[in-house]
Amino acid sequence: MQDHKISFTGTEDYIASKELQNSVNVAVALGRPLLIKGEPGTGKTMLAQSIADGLGKKLLIWNIKSTTKAKDGLYIYDTVQRLYDSQFGDHDVSDIRHYIKMGRLGEAFLASVQVVLLIDEIDKADLEFPNDLLWELDVMNFNIPETGETVHARHRPIVVITSNAEKELPDAFLRRCIFHYIAFPDAAMMSDIIAVHYPDLEQKLLDEALAAFYWLRGIGSLQKKPSTSELLDWVQALTVGGISPEQIGEELPFLGVLLKKDHDFTTVLQRLHNEGAQAKPASRFPHLR
Amino acid sequence: MFINFFYLLKAYGVPVTITEWMMLTEALALGMAHSSLTGFYHLGRAVLVKSETHYDRYDLAFYSYFQGIETPVELTEKVLQWLEKALPPRYISPEERQKFQEWDLDELRRQLEQRLKEQDGEHHGGSNWIGTGGTSPFGHSGYHPAGIRIGGEAVNQSAVQVAAQRNFRGFRTDTTIGVRQFEVALRKLRQLSSKEEGPREELDLDETVQETGNKGGLLQLVWTRGRKNMVKVALVMDSGGSMDPYMRICSQLFTAMNRSSHFKDLRFFFFHNCIYQHLYQEPSCSLSSAIRTDDFLRMLSPDYKLIVLGDASMAPSELTMPGGSIDWSYSNDEPGIAWLQRIKNHFDHAVWLNPIPAHFWARVTGNYTIAKIRSIFPMYELTVEGLEGAIKKLKVRQ
Repeated sequence: MQDHKISFTGTEDYIASKELQNSVNVAVALGRPLLIKGEPGTGKTMLAQSIADGLGKKLLIWNIKSTTKAKDGLYIYDTVQRLYDSQFGDHDVSDIRHYIKMGRLGEAFLASVQVVLLIDEIDKADLEFPNDLLWELDVMNFNIPETGETVHARHRPIVVITSNAEKELPDAFLRRCIFHYIAFPDAAMMSDIIAVHYPDLEQKLLDEALAAFYWLRGIGSLQKKPSTSELLDWVQALTVGGISPEQIGEELPFLGVLLKKDHDFTTVLQRLHNEGAQAKPASRFPHLR
Repeated sequence: MFINFFYLLKAYGVPVTITEWMMLTEALALGMAHSSLTGFYHLGRAVLVKSETHYDRYDLAFYSYFQGIETPVELTEKVLQWLEKALPPRYISPEERQKFQEWDLDELRRQLEQRLKEQDGEHHGGSNWIGTGGTSPFGHSGYHPAGIRIGGEAVNQSAVQVAAQRNFRGFRTDTTIGVRQFEVALRKLRQLSSKEEGPREELDLDETVQETGNKGGLLQLVWTRGRKNMVKVALVMDSGGSMDPYMRICSQLFTAMNRSSHFKDLRFFFFHNCIYQHLYQEPSCSLSSAIRTDDFLRMLSPDYKLIVLGDASMAPSELTMPGGSIDWSYSNDEPGIAWLQRIKNHFDHAVWLNPIPAHFWARVTGNYTIAKIRSIFPMYELTVEGLEGAIKKLKVRQ
């Protein structure tokens, strides 16, 4: 049985830590949903895409909003359409099946091959939402009372669930998941990530940018810490702007790309001013070299 | 032998359940731990721990359970040479596994040493000698639920070392606090309205279909009431001098409460050290903002959830004696404790949050009054965890 084991090792454009790969493989092997948490910008949503690419499967995305109900993911019975049709009598309204549309989970169940299903930002929905999905994710089937049909999963989809911890998830739901917390990447991993996006980046520029970035993140009083995606934008801005590596630590050019709040802006500029030019971020973090 | 690890995790405050433990057993049977302690560390964490706030506890439990397991270096090197040629991993059925469950660590170590003495060369497969791919408890790539891994796949750090680093210390809910975490905790404080009250403003599809059918196809819209959070909260805060050290954390809770838009009603009141016949609507506790405590009780119906925030530390006389108030100019005819009892009795749900960490309650100077007040109010420390406990208390029917 070991021979059939599929194993996820990350993809070219997505660097996954060894631990994360492990968690993905455990979840796939056990057929359990994989719950992913982590700081914004650590690539939670991207992971599902990467799993799909890495394992050569199709990805279905179910975006959760505050109004999403668990039933929406299974199927939608379009009563209003049926009502309208009945008023004009130009459609056959006697067959309810015409008005049943599959939701994302339903689609994943009915797919002819195994798919990866991403339930994105599950914590946005109502508190009871995850509990309402327990049965369907456990036994992989659901019933449509309107037609009396039961939909069985042809292939158990690989379910990836992301959460931003806006709401606590119910214990019963958590018990059935494999959990992984994506820690914020350290400098070494971050340079790998940047290398994936900008392979031709000058080493010196990368070092300086990283040093400045982690120096910024180290400032405790920031309201919103810059994340990976902002760093990537910043690196691009630095290259396009033709900034020399020496300038980065001294001036922090294009700071607006990294910081999004007025308060943070003033804090950082003040810090920079106080600590003076003699202490460039890079030299404050010699261990990053 | 691993079952003790389960109980140890529980003892360290990781909420593990049988479901998860069975899942772990299943994963082990599939060889997901790669027969290494590091593999087991990550597998166990993925399966058993469901919140980054518990990672640190898992690390601690793991460290305390497995810290003795690391094999001495000289022993490892000798054995490693025998292990270089590996067999493919072997699958073990649950029945077979059962036999190995009883082994304990000391027994294992003793046997390993003994076998090292007796064995003089490489060995692969089989179930006794140190080698690869077999079911002997000693070696690698094999399977033995109670085994000691010697070498095997290259890992930079042993799992025990990783655990000992406690990388996730920062995520503990009982130490780290921020406005946002308070907000998240506060969001749990809600109770949806019944279908009995409020305006009818949502379309009731099922009823509409039914009614329209009854009218012979003529569209009849039926409206129903939406469900809303009905929770009303009153926060009563101590703004006395002994609270100064906790100003920051109290203001964080205050901000979080203020930002929580999901309450039906939210009221703030203040007091100085202890509650007597007046409460104040401003933190300064100035006379101009005073309202009578009797009026406060009349104004707020018993279904308000009362949260008192204070260190509950004062001179015993302030709590138990008439005229005991810390303000010379203020004279109270009834002791503070009588007022506290009256307030507690008025509300269906009331809790006391104390910014002093719980393990100091019995030792700080105010321990007498803390104990007294705890006998009236259920008291929780002002941490995210304490707040969650308090919110649970506020939600249960009494």
